Amino acid sequence: MIELRDVTKTFPSGPSGPSSASKGSGRDGKKRAEGGFTAVDGVSLTIDRGSVFGIVGHSGAGKSTLLRLVNYLEEPTSGSVLVDGQDLGALSERRRRAVRRSIGMVFQQFNLFRSRTVLGNVAYPLKLAGLGRAEARERAEEVLRFVGLEEYARRYPEQLSGGQRQRVGIARALATSPGVLLCDEATSALDPQTTQEVLALLKRVGGELGVTIVLITHEMEVVRGICDKVAVMEAGKVVETGGVYDVFARPRHPTTEAFVRSALQDLPEAATWDRLRARHGGRLVTVPVTENGAAGTRELSRLLREHAVDFTVAHAGVAEVQDRPLGSVTLELRGADEDIDAVLLHLASRTTVGAR
Amino acid sequence: MKVDWNEFWVKVVDATGETVYMVLVTLALSGVLGTVVGLALFATRKGGILRNRVVFAVLNALINVIRPIPFIIAIVALSPVTRSVVGTMIGTEAAIFPMVVVATFGVARIVEGNLLSVEPGVIEAARSMGASPVRIIVTVLVPEALGPLVLGFTFMLVALIDFSAVAGTVGGGGVGNLAMTYGYLRFDTSVMVVAVAVLVVLVQLAQLLGNFLARKVLRR
Ligand SMILES: Nc1ncnc2c1ncn2[C@@H]1O[C@H](COP(=O)(O)OP(=O)(O)OP(=O)(O)O)[C@@H](O)[C@H]1O
Ligand SMILES: [Mg+2]
Repeated sequence: MIELRDVTKTFPSGPSGPSSASKGSGRDGKKRAEGGFTAVDGVSLTIDRGSVFGIVGHSGAGKSTLLRLVNYLEEPTSGSVLVDGQDLGALSERRRRAVRRSIGMVFQQFNLFRSRTVLGNVAYPLKLAGLGRAEARERAEEVLRFVGLEEYARRYPEQLSGGQRQRVGIARALATSPGVLLCDEATSALDPQTTQEVLALLKRVGGELGVTIVLITHEMEVVRGICDKVAVMEAGKVVETGGVYDVFARPRHPTTEAFVRSALQDLPEAATWDRLRARHGGRLVTVPVTENGAAGTRELSRLLREHAVDFTVAHAGVAEVQDRPLGSVTLELRGADEDIDAVLLHLASRTTVGAR
Repeated sequence: MKVDWNEFWVKVVDATGETVYMVLVTLALSGVLGTVVGLALFATRKGGILRNRVVFAVLNALINVIRPIPFIIAIVALSPVTRSVVGTMIGTEAAIFPMVVVATFGVARIVEGNLLSVEPGVIEAARSMGASPVRIIVTVLVPEALGPLVLGFTFMLVALIDFSAVAGTVGGGGVGNLAMTYGYLRFDTSVMVVAVAVLVVLVQLAQLLGNFLARKVLRR
């Protein structure tokens, strides 16, 4: 289990630092703390063992800094970081290095050693852990088999595709069988198809190996794909956190709402509404589609039949979030005005509908 | 008085041997010392893995003082030190001392520069795996920068052949001394031509070797 307690990281301001007057003056409404720049601001989080925890936020929100605090690559200015109940701040740097060996890290730009082969890259952390040549090699080959790259062991990183490189990065991070894997935008440098492959691999890492995964991304799609829980960051603060389905179904913070909408693409945008109205003469109504479909669409079907109202699908977006459906459908209703009103009235009492 | 080439070629071979000896000994000593200084410079800089403002400032200032001094001046300026360390001010050994001093700081800058070119992300990766700073230097930084380092050392090797010739003209041994004593002071053009040819061949060989090794390391 990982626990962050009121963690703050303030970088000292330097003449070329991002907090200098030229750059840092309130971009994205971020604060410039007196004498420094606060990249992570009073964050408290609990990440359960074996879960996949996503952290989303726009560029500069402080996601990478937060992740680097978890394995103490960055020392917090205040607050404490606990890994399996151990306060990293109370440890010597030497002991911290030992803790880092039980926390793997994966990077956006892979950060593979170019001077080493694929096998050499994966064997490196094992040698750090004190394994002998033969043992390290054997274990490295085993991990490479897990990520499906055993045939590439003798190659050098530059002879691999981006997706393969990231799989090597993941294999290297998993070599010492860590309990935790930290992923900093692990898929952001990859195309959509390769992203899915890497996400599938990470899913296996969580599922088959039981590794706790903390995953940073600016794509809600990634969160939707593999996370159990999510925290949304803005300007150094965690503005919302919760189970992925709940956050998707009921986003509370505007930033979260924007992230969710971009992932689901279910609600028509303003321009789309104009086109929909031009195309459809009848009344337009948006009905949410959730895991308990009875409240929304099933109810609707009965109401439409009872009141003899016709419908056409004008717009829709439904995705699976944590294996459960989520999204909305916008319908054009046709029939007598009073019948449509009756349908909407009934519907509104059971679920939230948006009519225009 | 022209030289008799039937006998003089022995002197050329000896002088070439001296030059090679001077250059290689200097390269070995300054290579080790310069690498240590360069690594220290890299590690202690701001944001480095063993940051230490005082050590960095001292080393940096020292290098900036020594580096701009023309080598011929350095030989003369260092000669009292040379005498107390080596025991004499003339000959091959005496030439090696100032060469090592000057080359050490040159190598230090080359090493520092090449280590700086290593992607910080790779260092971050090694840190995240729990590698200690010394371990990172030895097992990550040096191997990752090896290609450019080999080329940097080749550059230094060629510069040392040049240094050795300069040292030769002011009392050091080797081809430079030969060119000075016979070619210049006795107006024997043939000796001058041969001396220059020998230096050109040595430089070529050094560069070829360096390029070959760099290609091996860089795999291209
Ligand atoms: N070493 C540092 N010194 C000073 N400021 C820093 C440092 N590292 C990060 N920052 C600042 O802290 C803020 C958060 O940076 P961080 O890298 O954590 O953002 P991020 O959410 O990961 O962004 P991105 O999605 O672009 O990677 C940024 O404004 C950045 O400029
Ligand atoms: Mg980042």
